[in-house]
Amino acid sequence: MPLSPDEASRFAVLLESNAESLAARWSELAGAGLRGRLSGAELLRQTRDLRTAFQQALAAGAADVNDEAAAELRAQLSELSSNRARQGFSATETAISVFALKEATLQVLGDADDAATLRDYVAFSAFVDRAALFTFDSYVRVREALISDQAEQLLELSTPVVKLWEGVVAVPLVGTLDSARAQVVMERLLQTLVDTGSPYAIIDITGVPAVDTQVAQHILKTVVAARLMGADCIISGIRPQIAQTIVALGIEFGDIATKASLADALRYVLGKTGKRPVR
Amino acid sequence: MNDDVQRLPVVTDQDVVRVRQLVRTVAVAVKLSLVDQTKLVTAASELARNTLVYGGGGEAEVSRVHNDRRAGIRIVFADQGPGIADLDLALTDGYTTGGGLGLGLSGARRLVDEFEIETEPGKGTTITVVKWCR
Repeated sequence: MPLSPDEASRFAVLLESNAESLAARWSELAGAGLRGRLSGAELLRQTRDLRTAFQQALAAGAADVNDEAAAELRAQLSELSSNRARQGFSATETAISVFALKEATLQVLGDADDAATLRDYVAFSAFVDRAALFTFDSYVRVREALISDQAEQLLELSTPVVKLWEGVVAVPLVGTLDSARAQVVMERLLQTLVDTGSPYAIIDITGVPAVDTQVAQHILKTVVAARLMGADCIISGIRPQIAQTIVALGIEFGDIATKASLADALRYVLGKTGKRPVR
Repeated sequence: MNDDVQRLPVVTDQDVVRVRQLVRTVAVAVKLSLVDQTKLVTAASELARNTLVYGGGGEAEVSRVHNDRRAGIRIVFADQGPGIADLDLALTDGYTTGGGLGLGLSGARRLVDEFEIETEPGKGTTITVVKWCR
């Protein structure tokens, strides 16, 4: 049930008049679950800020965390959860930091045992619950953002196109080649061919654990696209087990030159261009 | 006799990678040769992708099997998808309805020692493959 304006203002006063003892007890309770991974002073500062935000939201008549009056509180909670998410705390540990306010408030309420106080407390408790859920949600959002950032970074990291020699570029593929990565590889390779004016490209698959029909199809498409641009592609890094698997699968690379190692591929290209590597 | 049955859902592209990793782990554990590991992992990759793309998602079950002479791995791929209407055609090299190379199903059959397929239009498809240690 939402907090009535009366209840909200009563709790605002309660949070105000017991500011210090409440923040101290709150940070003590929250700290128990964090097992010393956050310094006491840091935690106390956070709970003081949160207490102020809670008090201001209640004083402004917020009946729910999503109210206009609780905007500042939401900002504080978001900041708390994004910090905790980045510091590696779990979602539960983060939510408990907010839930601890309930227990701290109960102690401040003292020995009052009338029905009105109980009703007040239940309403207030629901308010804190929603605040904790809000924290949980923003925690998950931050974590998801982190994961998608990392996935993007990985995509960028794992597909370099390097210049091996004058007129020869190479793409060392490492890991699983799914459609998204194949697309990035193709784009990068074609762009590099244009930028460097290279007539030869070597696709090295030493780091690809298994070549199935999907991977082969992606590689074949890349080779065809490079050919359309006038560049010759060589596939290197075909290990014995991969060669046998490709034969059993029935994949044909047609007239595309394939080599066992990157060195063989480079030697082959240099031989074709008439350059001889100096040993 | 079999033990250590492990089940994995096959619902996203990531699941195909997971199936592949699990098969590789088990293949190493039963001491398959490197060539056979690669063959089995590749076959699993093809069949898992078929389960996902054509079967609309399903499940993979990886187990270690033994007969009196040797150990091996059995993988069962099951989906509740549309099934395969013409099995002979589906097993023909180069035949595809999905824009691939048309070698996944037929190629996977050549990569394993035992290959069994149960399918009926409208009732889904179950494919069982076994690879034995040499």
